Amino acid sequence: MRGDFTTIPFKLRKTMTKSLVNIAELSKEKIQYLLDMAQLFEKDPNLPMLKNQVVATLFFEPSTRTRLSFETAANRLGARVIGFSDPKATSSSKGESLKDTIMMVSNYADIIVMRHYLEGAARYAAEIAPIPIVNAGDGANQHPTQTMLDLYTIYQTQGRLNDLDIYLVGDLKYGRTVHSLIMAMRFFNPTFHFISPEELKMPQPYIDFCDENHINYVIDDEFTAQSISHADILYMTRVQRERFTDLVEYERVKNSFILHADMLTHCKDNMKILHPLPRVNEIATDVDDTKYAYYFEQAKNGLFMRQAILCDVVGITAEDVKSKM
Amino acid sequence: MTSKIKNKELQVAALQDGTVIDHIPVDKLFAVVTILNLPLMPNKITIGFNLQSKKYGKKGIIKISDCFFDDAVINKIALVAPACKLSIIKDYEVVEKRIVKLPNEFTGVCKCINPKCITNAEPMNTRFHVIGEDRKMLRCHYCEQEMNRDEVKLL
Repeated sequence: MRGDFTTIPFKLRKTMTKSLVNIAELSKEKIQYLLDMAQLFEKDPNLPMLKNQVVATLFFEPSTRTRLSFETAANRLGARVIGFSDPKATSSSKGESLKDTIMMVSNYADIIVMRHYLEGAARYAAEIAPIPIVNAGDGANQHPTQTMLDLYTIYQTQGRLNDLDIYLVGDLKYGRTVHSLIMAMRFFNPTFHFISPEELKMPQPYIDFCDENHINYVIDDEFTAQSISHADILYMTRVQRERFTDLVEYERVKNSFILHADMLTHCKDNMKILHPLPRVNEIATDVDDTKYAYYFEQAKNGLFMRQAILCDVVGITAEDVKSKM
Repeated sequence: MTSKIKNKELQVAALQDGTVIDHIPVDKLFAVVTILNLPLMPNKITIGFNLQSKKYGKKGIIKISDCFFDDAVINKIALVAPACKLSIIKDYEVVEKRIVKLPNEFTGVCKCINPKCITNAEPMNTRFHVIGEDRKMLRCHYCEQEMNRDEVKLL
């Protein structure tokens, strides 16, 4: 029974809700469950599962893509959306603590979707809020809904998550999407290929994580038609100039990790190219027209997955969704 | 034998009631002094520095009269000097030996080293998990940054 959350005392509300803070907290079964639920929304995204509910999108740091995706998800579920996309226009710019903002918004909304520039903000908010928090990115730490939409896209394009060759290309040092993807894929026996410039290589803790979880991986600094010919998934990320301490090194490698259409001649038929977006120049536009390009569909999947997550955090089940279809 | 007793008497003078913290690594002695807030205590306190230790070569020792610490304070000591020994003295006798042990998780003892961690911006408690086989690493409960125990600053 969902009903009107605002009439239920704060302490009791807390026990009835579940936040999504970190991808590592999701079990294999839970991941599969959310994928199945997203599939339902792909079939019909306009189901009023959150009718009469209010979703607050608190973006303490701008992120147009993620915010629009969440707000579209909430709108298509029949919820109403409040929030801010520019923290300068809020009381946090007057020095209000995160706690006070969260407690205040909890009086009005049923779910808080939060993007924050500080790491750990989502965990803290989830601890203090009487309503569920969905982490839409906390600094360089976690962005679990991005990972879930990546998984959904892999599942959608390959028909399975098990035993895939996943090539991660570009900035593997700072790219939190690739780190979270490794964590989430640990259940599915992947073989990862880490392809990056030396300065942006996969950090040791994630290599250790692969070892501890018996995840196969290959480290490579070559990015050519041959080196990617066995890929099922080619996950591209941006190599940003500001990430380099040595700008000479940046100039040397900046063109080495750009994907062009003529590099796709040896690819497997089922191969799909993903990118968390926004892209700058790491995927040449001539790739867009090939059958391998899938990054725009991937972004669209964000809608279905976020619909599934918004429902799940307030206790709406896949069965509830099916009954409305 | 006589010289051994005499040596012992010199290093550990009798305490009627209170707490003795022994086997403190010398480079951690003043950190322990700070944790215990000793400069502000009215109690009688003896601090021994660079004393002989069979185990460590040199050690520090602190004796505080009429003072007994709770677990939260002992956890703080464990963070900087996990191998030290803590004895409770009553009427010149050791009535209890406390093992100073770092708990698996602790709150509010030290700062997270990540400047972008929420705990460094909000008025809130820090919280850490002790990790690693040798338990020398901490993981911030909030930002998940892993850090060496020696890197952290005490609150």
